[in-house]
Order: sequence, then C-alpha cells, then structure tokens
Amino acid sequence: MFEDLLYVLGKYDTWLWRGFLLTVELLVISVTLGTLLAIPLAVARVSKKVWIQAVPFSFIYVFRGTPLIGQLFMMYYGVGQLVSNIDGIQDHWSWVYLRNPYWYCLLTFVLNTAAYVAEIMRGGIQNVPSGELEAARACGMSPWTIYRRIIFPRMWQMIWPAYTNDVIFTLKATSLASTVTMMELTGAARKIVARTALPYEAFISAGVIYLIIVYTLTFGFKGIERYLRRNERRKDKPPGAAKPASA
Amino acid sequence: MFDLYGRGWQMLEGGLVTVQLCLTVLPFMIIIGLLGASAKLSRFRTLRIIGESYTVLIRGIPELLVILLIYFGGTIAIQNLAELISGEETRVDIPAFWSGVAALALVQGAFASEVFRAAMQSIPLGQIEAATACGMTPSQIFIRIKLPQLWRFALPGLNNLFQVLIKDTALISVVGVEEIMRKAAIGAGTEKAPFTFYLVAMLMFLAFTTVSLIVFNHLEKRAARGIARA
Repeated sequence: MFEDLLYVLGKYDTWLWRGFLLTVELLVISVTLGTLLAIPLAVARVSKKVWIQAVPFSFIYVFRGTPLIGQLFMMYYGVGQLVSNIDGIQDHWSWVYLRNPYWYCLLTFVLNTAAYVAEIMRGGIQNVPSGELEAARACGMSPWTIYRRIIFPRMWQMIWPAYTNDVIFTLKATSLASTVTMMELTGAARKIVARTALPYEAFISAGVIYLIIVYTLTFGFKGIERYLRRNERRKDKPPGAAKPASA
Repeated sequence: MFDLYGRGWQMLEGGLVTVQLCLTVLPFMIIIGLLGASAKLSRFRTLRIIGESYTVLIRGIPELLVILLIYFGGTIAIQNLAELISGEETRVDIPAFWSGVAALALVQGAFASEVFRAAMQSIPLGQIEAATACGMTPSQIFIRIKLPQLWRFALPGLNNLFQVLIKDTALISVVGVEEIMRKAAIGAGTEKAPFTFYLVAMLMFLAFTTVSLIVFNHLEKRAARGIARA
C-alpha cells in the first residue's frame, strides 16, 4: 500500500500539482469576484423599498436553495446548448471561449459565492448598532460616507468568521469542476484512479492537499481577523494597565 | 405541460429517490452527531482527540471527494474483507445508494456533532448539578435532562444542515444513483434538451429546500412553546 502511494506521488505528481494550481486559481477568482458582486447585492437587500429588495432576495433564494452541481450543469450544458444554437456562433472568434468549461465553472462559482456572501453581509449590515448610525447621521455624514466609514468596517468585523467558512465552502465547491471535465485537484485524482485503479492513494493524496489549503486559509484569515478587530484590543488591555503580578 | 418528452414520471421517481436519500441519512447523521458531540465533551482525552480530528478532517475535504473515496475505496475494502473471511476470490459490489448514504452520513455527522456540542453546552450547568445531586447516573442525566432540551438548542443548526443535506444528495448522481440530477442528466442527454431538464431539476430542489425550511421553522416554534418570549 505504501509503495502504491509513492508510485502515485512519483508518477503523477505533475497532475496533482497542476490540479492544485487550478483549484487555487478557481478559488481566488471566485472569492474575489463573488465578494465584489455580493456588496451591491447586500446593500440592495437591506433597502427599505420592497421592489429593490426583491431582486437580490430572489437571486439569493434560488442560489442557496439549489445544489451547486445543478447550477453548474444548468450553466454548462443548459446555457451552453442555448449558446451553441445561435446561428454561426461556432465560426465566431468567441467560440473557443464559449465551449470551454472553465468559464462556465467560474461564472457559476462567482454567482454562487456572491449569493452566500451577500446573505452573511446582510446579517452584518443589519447588526450594526443603530446608535452608531444615528451618531454618524448627526455628524452630517452622507449615506455613502456612512457606508464607507461606519457600516462596512463594522460589517467586516462581524462577518469575518462566517466569511472564512464561506471561503472554505467555495474551496470545497471547486471540486465540482471535475464533473465538467476540469482537471483541478479532484479531477486529477479521478483521472489517476481511472489510470491506476488505486482509489485510496489518489483520493487521500488529494484530500491531504485540500486539508493543507484549508488550514493555511484558516490560519491566514485568523490573522486578518485580529487586524480587523484591532480596535477591540484596547478593551481587554487598557493602556497603562499594570500586568497582573505573577504569583 | 409536465410531460417533458414523456419523462415527467422519471423525474418524479428521481425526486422520490432524493427524498429517500435524505430521510435515510437523517437518522445516521443524528446518531453520529450525538456520538461525536459526546466524544468531544468526554472526560477521556483519547475520545476528545478522536472527536476533534474527525470534524477537523471532514471539514477540510470536499464532499465529492468523500463520496468518491467511499464508493471506489469502500468496494475494495469490503472485497478484501470478504476474501479474508471466505479465503477465496469474491466479487462484491456495494450499491451506490448505500455508499452515498455512508458518505453523506459521515460528512453531515461531522457538522452535526458541532451543532450538538454547542447545544449540549447551552444546557445550564445548574441543572446537571441538580441532577447529580439527585443521584442520577450520567446516562440518566443524558436521557432525562440533556436529550429533551437538546432539540430546542440544536434545531436551528439542524435546519441548516438538512438544507445542506438536500443539496448534497445531488452529488451522489456522480456515482450513478438515479436521483433528480441523474434523471435530469439522462433526460438531457437522450432528448437533447439540457436546459429544460436541468431547469425542472432545479425547481424540484428549490421546492424540497423550501418545504424543509417551512417544516423546520414550524418545529422550532413548537420546540420553543414552553419558553417565555423575551
């Protein structure tokens, strides 16, 4: 069993390495674009006007209520088919991109991440203490300034742990790209299994790489959380407070 | 209208399999969750380490990978075991349905153990002390004091987990279980109408998650009926 593991790692290391790079690439792009898209969605979601609220509400409802693999198939096979039915599209220069599963995966992951992140951002925005908003308004800040100076910094502080979970969720979601022939980490492992019929060695190697990514992410995000909450440190340790004398 | 090239019934059958999957996983998920939570809060260090490493491992690995590992790896493991027992070459096939149930129970059980642990810690310590003072054994305390109250604290978390579970059953289509996604893929392939079939599949999932949300919200209200509202 151990020789098999070394065999897999030795012979297919480039597949796993490329898979790892593609996984990280999908993760970084999905999370970045998804978060950017989530901000206007969340702001619209907390609007007092029902018809503004309705759009992000239904978007979030549909994307959170259906499985990601279904969304991906819907995009890749469903929308892909509609696109390929357009007259003459297959001779168009954009066809190279339009039949590449990579873009459908990215689009699906970005929209999905946006829906989940928008929902946690909504919670964060609604939990900003109303006294702070009143104070900001009393200082004469415009709504945009209030968002920039008060609401967003407060929101990030509050949602950071949930946001970390969502990033890990997106990492795990990228494994679904393997179902539409992408060779990211899970796809690479599946191909190795198809070649060598060694499921334990291949899948466990991929699993260990996922774990390494997850714990690197968790560690990094913990550090950022400490930075975001730097204003709270003063509370536990007031400046000049004497250290408790060692007994 | 719900004819779908004559495949409407197929989709409904797929829906039935999805419901079966969810309801089969649910009890296993709860049992594994309770065991995991008890292990994490155990007095014994070994049990605590086992409980913690179980959730730590599962949390970091994609569900799809776990499903594939159990489907492909499980067959080999059981085959080897059968050969060891019978002493001759045997051919074993685990039904994809059950390997899927095992994988989902393992994954959801890890998340459930976190939910139950938080719920157990929400039970006021005074009640446990009172029960101990009354001379109850730990198992009596668990059954009489902890378990009845656990549900109220755990329901919001379980609500969330069940939503995730419904959506995760779609992943089992990858190993060929004929639930909604698989039926939709078959229909999409043979009738050359992927958009229609996947749209129907998505609407079915949306209906399931919505029903589950309504049921759990009702249960949450019911579980809180004895509690004074603040």
